Amino acid sequence: MAADVLMPQMGESVAEGTITRWLKKEGEAVSKDEPLFEISTEKVDAEIPSPIAGVLGKILVKEGQTVAVHTVVAQIEAVGSLGSLGSVGSAETPQKSASKAPESATAGTERTEGTDKSKAGASAEKESSELLRASPLVRRMAEEHGIDLSLVEGTGTGGRITKEDFMAYLERQGSATAPKAAPPKPVPAPTPAKTGERDESVPMTIMRKRIAEHMVMSRRTSAHVTTVFQVDLSRVAEIYRKEKAGFENQEGVKLTYTPFFIRALIDSLKRFPILNSSVNGDQIVYHKDIHMGIAVALEGGLIVPVVHHVDEKNFLGLVRTIHELAARARQKKLTVDDVQGGTFTITNPGVYGGLFATPIINQPQVGILGVGTIYKAPVVIQDAIAIRTVVHLALSFDHRVVDGAVADQFMASVKKYLEGWEESLWA
Amino acid sequence: MLVEKRKRNEIADTLLLLEHPPVITMGRNAKPENLLSTPLELQQAGIEVVESDRGGDVTFHGPGQLIGYPILDLSKIRRDVVWYVRVLEEAIIRTAQDCGVRAVRVPGCPGVWVNNAKVASLGIHISRWVTSHGFALNLNTDLNFFCHIIPCGIASCPVTSFQQCLGKPLDRSVVEQHLVQHLAGLLGLEKGELWQRMS
Repeated sequence: MAADVLMPQMGESVAEGTITRWLKKEGEAVSKDEPLFEISTEKVDAEIPSPIAGVLGKILVKEGQTVAVHTVVAQIEAVGSLGSLGSVGSAETPQKSASKAPESATAGTERTEGTDKSKAGASAEKESSELLRASPLVRRMAEEHGIDLSLVEGTGTGGRITKEDFMAYLERQGSATAPKAAPPKPVPAPTPAKTGERDESVPMTIMRKRIAEHMVMSRRTSAHVTTVFQVDLSRVAEIYRKEKAGFENQEGVKLTYTPFFIRALIDSLKRFPILNSSVNGDQIVYHKDIHMGIAVALEGGLIVPVVHHVDEKNFLGLVRTIHELAARARQKKLTVDDVQGGTFTITNPGVYGGLFATPIINQPQVGILGVGTIYKAPVVIQDAIAIRTVVHLALSFDHRVVDGAVADQFMASVKKYLEGWEESLWA
Repeated sequence: MLVEKRKRNEIADTLLLLEHPPVITMGRNAKPENLLSTPLELQQAGIEVVESDRGGDVTFHGPGQLIGYPILDLSKIRRDVVWYVRVLEEAIIRTAQDCGVRAVRVPGCPGVWVNNAKVASLGIHISRWVTSHGFALNLNTDLNFFCHIIPCGIASCPVTSFQQCLGKPLDRSVVEQHLVQHLAGLLGLEKGELWQRMS
């Protein structure tokens, strides 16, 4: 039975790898986990262990060649009959991913963390051995702490997770800084739907997986509450209409409503600093700097680039920064720094006419503002009905640390700022 | 040795900070033509040449350089080599900032740069997600040593040091403290957890 050896993905943003050296020749025996080849990417060299024991069959990718991740680079003839090994390393194939996933070939998918020691058995037995890797006590503790045991490395016999392993893991998680405190892991999935002939199974992209994990992790972490305010945007809309063409001519950059909302948020975040905080264990961390995350829709997902020190920019500087970040996001040219360190997020679910949505907090932040569609509506003003431009703003906040009264005062402040807009767009 | 111990989980994540005698190392991807001097010239200059299993091309290590070898189990931190390279760069950039040097990244050229001159080089090896090798930061390095090589295989790549940027030498232990702090912070480890060993 031959198994494919795949080019591992050594990180989220890594799309390809170069084989620098084969450590075994065709026809040579290799044991499981023995270094098989070396790859190079971005000044990093990595030794890749063999996924199984066997004899190296055909080498399909020669030294010096660069191929996309998950490309088959060689085949190994398994020794002994371990049953169907199939395509070892294809962690992206949904039905197989839970049962086989060699350590290095699936880097970045976070699927196999801490499971190396338990892989010794044949893959068919893996699922049941997974259950046996921890005592009932440890499993109960894991459940209480909401921790996925597959993240915990076992040091006991056969890779069993001992109580000490678990406590050490807990401690480690507790001491990590806030953004890394809770590794994004979905809760145990419900029984998967049966796939018939008329169904098509498509593996999630890495981005989709990350989004899925983050969303579920956030829901589990924060006590989400959403408050919705209707804001009379007539004044801002008037300025927007009047100035748009001139602004774009003079400054060469598109004017949108987003910077107006962000300016209002900055003012209110300074008045209510708890909204610009994070939770770290039993500590509330107040951030003195405001770094604004802006959700940008991409084909097949979304990303949240961050305008760092957003409060230090004037309106024009803000418009330029947003424009530039959004453009880079769509061209997939964001750097790691561009998407890190946000302290609050704004998102725009109103593009297709949605009145408002209840956004999910971008961890480890405690608030996110969703901007609904901007439209004209009849509004009662001093017992008269007028046609005004309105928008619904929905703030989701973490009720663990933000009280409802504070959240609403914050939103009243945002509303007041926008309804009484006084800023010059060129200041 | 320590790497093997880390793999067996016998030691915690570790950062070695040290200084090398003059030596030129050839990384896995090193091209011999990037070594400019003859073996005799190098011998006369007191420079040893060794081959290394780190990534990257040829580089020089010597007195006045702060060498950092983090031995970390990335499978417990984050399985992402690019992220790890960015973390090392970021820690050095922040350290530079603490010292009053404005350092940046150059897209496509891993390492840390000041005014288009390289101040820190990276070369990393990973096996089973345990890292070895690391970075070399020019603090008070005698930059004349670099005339023997084309650093990192980038022709016309000038090198610089904190000393050259600031016009005065820096206290090594102060820089080390900044570096450990930033690195620990970025990796999400306790400063004490990333215990230092000097040699």
